[in-house]
Amino acid sequence: MPLAKTHAVSLLGLNATLIEVEADISSQLPAFILVGLPDASLSEATARVRAAVVNSGLAWPARRVTVNLSPASVPKQGSAFDLAIAMAVLRASGCFQRLDGSFNVFIGELGLDGTVRAVPGILPMVRAARDLGAPFAMVPADSIAEASLISGIKVIGVKSLKHAVAVLNNSAEGSEFQSPAKTEMPAIPAGLSADISEVKGQDFAVQALIVAAAGGHHMLMVGSPGAGKTMLAERLPSLLPDLDVESALESAAVASVAGKSVFDGSSSHLDLRPKFEAPHHSASMAAIVGGGLKTPRPGAISLAHNGVLFLDEAPEFQTPVLDALRQPLESGEIRLHRSAGTAVFPARFQLVLAANPCSCGKAFAVQGCQCSAISRARYSQKLSGPLLDRIDMRLVIQPVSALSLQMYEESDKKSPVTSSEARSKIVEARKAAKQRLSLTPWDSNSKVPASYLRGKLRLARHVTASVDTALSRGRISMRGYDRCLRLAWTIADIAGHESPSSEDMAFAVALRGQDVPLGGNA
Amino acid sequence: MRVKPKTTDSAVEATQVPLKTSRQLLGRYGEDRACDFLLGLGYEIVERNWRCRIGEIDVVAQDGDRFVFVEVKTRSADGFGHPFESITPAKVARLRQLVAAWCEKRQASGVKVRLDAISVLIRAGLVNIEHLKQVC
Repeated sequence: MPLAKTHAVSLLGLNATLIEVEADISSQLPAFILVGLPDASLSEATARVRAAVVNSGLAWPARRVTVNLSPASVPKQGSAFDLAIAMAVLRASGCFQRLDGSFNVFIGELGLDGTVRAVPGILPMVRAARDLGAPFAMVPADSIAEASLISGIKVIGVKSLKHAVAVLNNSAEGSEFQSPAKTEMPAIPAGLSADISEVKGQDFAVQALIVAAAGGHHMLMVGSPGAGKTMLAERLPSLLPDLDVESALESAAVASVAGKSVFDGSSSHLDLRPKFEAPHHSASMAAIVGGGLKTPRPGAISLAHNGVLFLDEAPEFQTPVLDALRQPLESGEIRLHRSAGTAVFPARFQLVLAANPCSCGKAFAVQGCQCSAISRARYSQKLSGPLLDRIDMRLVIQPVSALSLQMYEESDKKSPVTSSEARSKIVEARKAAKQRLSLTPWDSNSKVPASYLRGKLRLARHVTASVDTALSRGRISMRGYDRCLRLAWTIADIAGHESPSSEDMAFAVALRGQDVPLGGNA
Repeated sequence: MRVKPKTTDSAVEATQVPLKTSRQLLGRYGEDRACDFLLGLGYEIVERNWRCRIGEIDVVAQDGDRFVFVEVKTRSADGFGHPFESITPAKVARLRQLVAAWCEKRQASGVKVRLDAISVLIRAGLVNIEHLKQVC
């Protein structure tokens, strides 16, 4: 049979296209021609595939071999096509009998010795193969655990090209994934040793953090150096409940494309913990939102999908980088346009910013600020209004004074709230919010639009008194008013109230803070 | 590629060059086998080892009204790859020039021509012949 066909998957962002790999052997002088819009790295497949076949002890046809990747209009890149190309050529040269016309997907890079090596993006590739109706996928043995996270498709791992041929000839067994015995998940997952109970003398900030975790509200913390902003932010992941499997798979797909592990530590369980990304403030635009010359890679906002993006020293980030966050904050995804096409990555993250009040950082300290008025004004402009407007909570973190620490030590609160206690409260609060919004398309308080808040969820006048006053005195804007309502609902959910009380509302106004939080005018 | 003796403008002279090395003997043997094979297909052998300044045509045969120019590659082992793999695009280009030179010399214009390749693989006393038609 001089003509054979296999399938591979091409990824652009998380969008997958099924690629038909056709191999033809014609009675011409020996040559190996790869057509169908391969990029430089894929054109090198000819060298790898030929050497891998010969060094596996299999016969390479001494004829003209033409391999076509179809549809030819889709740009293809990378080394994940090697296995599919090799299998198509071997099938065309009659190396094995099975695989007749059936719809099989092969993913893997070949070494010159015939080893099948892992490639990034196995998870979305296998998922796409399943969605497109493929009954069977062959993947590198190293990636079998990752590929097996996708149900509804038979996945077989192979170590080498020889192994792959033997599997298809029924003379060897491919490694199928043995799902590990379900172990009891620890109450606080390993690696999350940072506990909220370690934060001392910052009760207000801890409460705020719990509200942020429960409602998925974006948060800005302003405070002098050493006040505990970073310490608080690093403990936010310990408050977040596990993701459901579907969301975790979505996050894992992004991690897979970025070449990161999708597992929980060294186990082969899907990582259900929300991701925590904390890029340094020297990060470029491409590192934050994603980028790349021809084919985009996910950035920090996509890696933080369903998790937390923490920007420490937020005013030190380049202004365009910060403003690039505005659009994904609204849409929950990022579209990157490149010559190869448009890549779409999910980017529904919770944004946490930390900042000093001014460039000297002492605006709240006893010695007082040493900055000039101009320097303070310039510093306050580093976080743009439109960005701050999208942040629900703008907290001022006061430094812990000796007095408050002493009060804390002497109080009867010897057992402060721990992360696991707070987390169970947060789970309850989220459940309550979901219950209330069950007939709507939204699932958390932070996503409810203003019209619904002021319509269906309208509150009594005496409840909204504090926020009405704040609005009439100009302390908050109309948009800020809606943010306060959302916060109040989350606070009520945590407290177990049917609807927000006036105390909940007052707390919400306090959490909302000022429209110009920087510059030291707290 | 075989090293060709210089100043071999005449085919008569060329055939008089004595065969010395075992490689040349092997090549000659392969060409004999290829000719037998072509005769078996019903071709006529027109000329063998035709040489000019550009190089050499191993076999010129005739298939009906078509002249077939055959490059014969002989190997006694396949450690350095299949015989066909040593026929590079550059070599094919030179063969095309040779075809033109042959036609000019024979004043054969407007004839049908074809370029073929034959591999003769000798292994453990067995001879394996493969024939590719119309290689370019």
